[in-house]
Amino acid sequence: MNSPDKIQAQSEQSSSQAPPVLRVDNLSVLIVGDPAGRHIVRDISFDVRPGETLCVVGESGSGKSVTSLSVMGLLPRDTLRASSGRILVEGENVLEASQKRLRELRATRMAMIFQEPMTALNPVDTVGEQIDEVLRIHSKLGRKARREKVLAMLEAVHMPDPEKIYDAYPHQLSGGQRQRVVISMALILRPKVLIADEPTTALDVTTQKQILLLIRELQEQHNTAVVFITHDFGVVAEIADRIVVMNQGRVVEIGTRHDTLAQPREAYTRMLVSSVPSLIPRKRREQRDEAVLSVSDLRKTYSEKRFLGRGRSVSAARDVNLTLSRGEIVGIVGESGSGKSTVARCIVRLLEPTSGSVRVHGDEISKASGEALLKLRRHIQIVFQDPYRSLNPRMKIGDSLVEGMVNFGVPRTQALEKARELLGVVGLGDDALRRYPHQFSGGQRQRICIARALALDPDILVADEAVSALDVSVQAQVLALLDEIRARTGIAVLFITHDLRVAAQICDTIVVMQQGQVVEAGPADEVLTSPQQAYTRSLIDAAPGRDWDFQNFRPVDQGALGLPAE
Amino acid sequence: MPVSANSEPAIGASEGLADLPGAGTPVSSSGPGVWARFRETLKSGPVLFAFVILVAIVLIAILAPVLGTVDPVAINPAERLRHVSAAHWFGTDAFGRDTYSRVIYGARVSLLVGAGATVMSIAVGLLIGVIAGYFRMADAVIMRVMDGIMAIPNILLAIALVSLTGASLVTVLVAITIPEIPRVVRLVRSVILTVRTEPYVEAAVTLGTRVPRLLFRHMVPNTIPPLIVQGTYIFAAAILIEATLSFLGAGLPPEIPSWGNMMSEGRMYFQLLPGLILFPGIFLALTLLSVNVLGDVLRDVLDPRMARRP
Repeated sequence: MNSPDKIQAQSEQSSSQAPPVLRVDNLSVLIVGDPAGRHIVRDISFDVRPGETLCVVGESGSGKSVTSLSVMGLLPRDTLRASSGRILVEGENVLEASQKRLRELRATRMAMIFQEPMTALNPVDTVGEQIDEVLRIHSKLGRKARREKVLAMLEAVHMPDPEKIYDAYPHQLSGGQRQRVVISMALILRPKVLIADEPTTALDVTTQKQILLLIRELQEQHNTAVVFITHDFGVVAEIADRIVVMNQGRVVEIGTRHDTLAQPREAYTRMLVSSVPSLIPRKRREQRDEAVLSVSDLRKTYSEKRFLGRGRSVSAARDVNLTLSRGEIVGIVGESGSGKSTVARCIVRLLEPTSGSVRVHGDEISKASGEALLKLRRHIQIVFQDPYRSLNPRMKIGDSLVEGMVNFGVPRTQALEKARELLGVVGLGDDALRRYPHQFSGGQRQRICIARALALDPDILVADEAVSALDVSVQAQVLALLDEIRARTGIAVLFITHDLRVAAQICDTIVVMQQGQVVEAGPADEVLTSPQQAYTRSLIDAAPGRDWDFQNFRPVDQGALGLPAE
Repeated sequence: MPVSANSEPAIGASEGLADLPGAGTPVSSSGPGVWARFRETLKSGPVLFAFVILVAIVLIAILAPVLGTVDPVAINPAERLRHVSAAHWFGTDAFGRDTYSRVIYGARVSLLVGAGATVMSIAVGLLIGVIAGYFRMADAVIMRVMDGIMAIPNILLAIALVSLTGASLVTVLVAITIPEIPRVVRLVRSVILTVRTEPYVEAAVTLGTRVPRLLFRHMVPNTIPPLIVQGTYIFAAAILIEATLSFLGAGLPPEIPSWGNMMSEGRMYFQLLPGLILFPGIFLALTLLSVNVLGDVLRDVLDPRMARRP
């Protein structure tokens, strides 16, 4: 424990003097049956007091989720085992509790909410029954009293029309509503500790903001201790009282929010915090007006096929216009379902647009077919979101890299030479050529995907959420790499993202999309600092941690964002 | 409650957890360790037994001429319907043919039929399945034809085909193969449908990869593990159908020593000489049992997520 006295003294929480409800003492978790006796989590200690929000942050593989599962007594028993330490919930050691006792403790003392609310709910049961089940098992209330309690809980999580929601099935609700249902289940018995494992990661920013507010509100009502697991420093800056930074199964540092974000003691924390992209748009570059891609009136409509006639039709994108100049990075931002990926896929012709035109160097790609289409594909390449599925697992990296060149008739030896060169560009060694994708980390794989896309010397690179699956530190490296490649080759980049921070860092121009339409478009600094449309403003408002300047370890100078001080 | 698998998918790179089940990336079925996992399963008694039996049957079939056998079709009226003896280990049948030799040579026929039907149905089914899965226009037509074939019982279809074209090894093989094709087509089609939207396939499309290479380099390899498993079931089914057809008299010509033929001929003398049915019957049962057991093992080895399910 890092000088708890100091932390307490600086804590703004009034309840900080109360004894902790959750105390993790020197917890270690090891892999069962691992010959090397490796630990997933080693010697971690922290505590949480009533009413306090403790954020556990760390990159993937840091052991933060394993820690939360240990607290719930939910470790997969045949693979992971707590080898030492104690986890005290109100003085009772969870690690020594019997299965029966653990079942009693869950929901009454400690509860958990998960990242993906759809999989946390039973799809064949109404949400009312699922919340009711918690009461049925853990309380002696009658049917009527339980129903009233469930309805009151649904009311408390601000569900519209609780009666109707009670009888709804999970698939009939939106992602945010589902997460509200999961929160209702978790909190209906007023547990002392709530563990939230990335509860807003799968949600859009505006929904995320509502859920964060909701958790805060319920926490204040019931004085719940919240352990909030996240990888997102924006969220941390928004909600944390204290922060636990984890790396590779160890606690790096523990401190109050202000201390950790403003004066991180450890180099790792410094690196992590300063990797968070800033919302403050960077300076705009000089534009060269040499359009390489122009999209006009692009429309993609999905219509239901019926035996006779046409069924309903949904337009995923309509009236989309944009141009991309040499050396320019244009960002398309929007929430899920805004049509941004549809536009990207139409542009690279993975989808056929319903109407409109997509011109690459003046050549129409949306109507091309056969050899003509193949020739145009050379000029426009795409990098996908999921680096784990973007490379053929059965092909060596070398074979993946030369594939495009060989398709266009480059002799294999020459292509391999180029592949070697490209690996150098993306910061990987020659030996990668002979290895398989599973031997690389997510960030390295994304670099390989970028190298593969560059192999054909395209004029346009479409990056579809290309850094969204990466940890912040890796994300920063990949963004820097993209920018460096742009500067050197003059490639134009169409950057699709849901993350305004990333867009602010890399884009010259930003196009905001909502429900298939372009809402606002313009230079990045203008769109981000003085948005003209209410929707754009709500997106910026919802970006978590926007009042903290992570690079400079201080609160944001309000003037820089052009927003009124709060 | 889905715990580990869903707690962290948005940040795919859970390196530290990558070697745990359910965490990180799904274990690739073609990855290293398939052979190691197979050897691990051999430690279980029934699996080892099945493996030994199958190897023995294959060896018997290959080495039939040197296993103390005589000509399996040589008729010897003087030695009809003999009981088990030193001269005739399994006795003789109504034509005085040596039952032991016929059972041993029968293994050849059964394995040949099994292997032939498996290879043919997978080859044809793979091709049709790839076409149905990739070319959406062809899909509806192909799948309705396949549904039509599947609607007819296997044996009935095979009997019809044999009676139309006459009995020979080739017609029986074709008659056994055709009813198995739709199953292969469905399997291949479903795999192609799922992988065609994988990012690495789409990346290959944007790299200008032409359709044949796209199909056979990027998509078809994904069908191999499930096809191997399906192949073992086809193998067992083919042997059984051949035996059934032969038993019903609609299969191989009677002079070919197949287990089904032998049981069919032995039926009349069952009370006198039960060995005429029992010996080929035992061989047939053991072969089918071991192929099925090994098929299950292969499925578990190729898809470790299935095996761990309690």
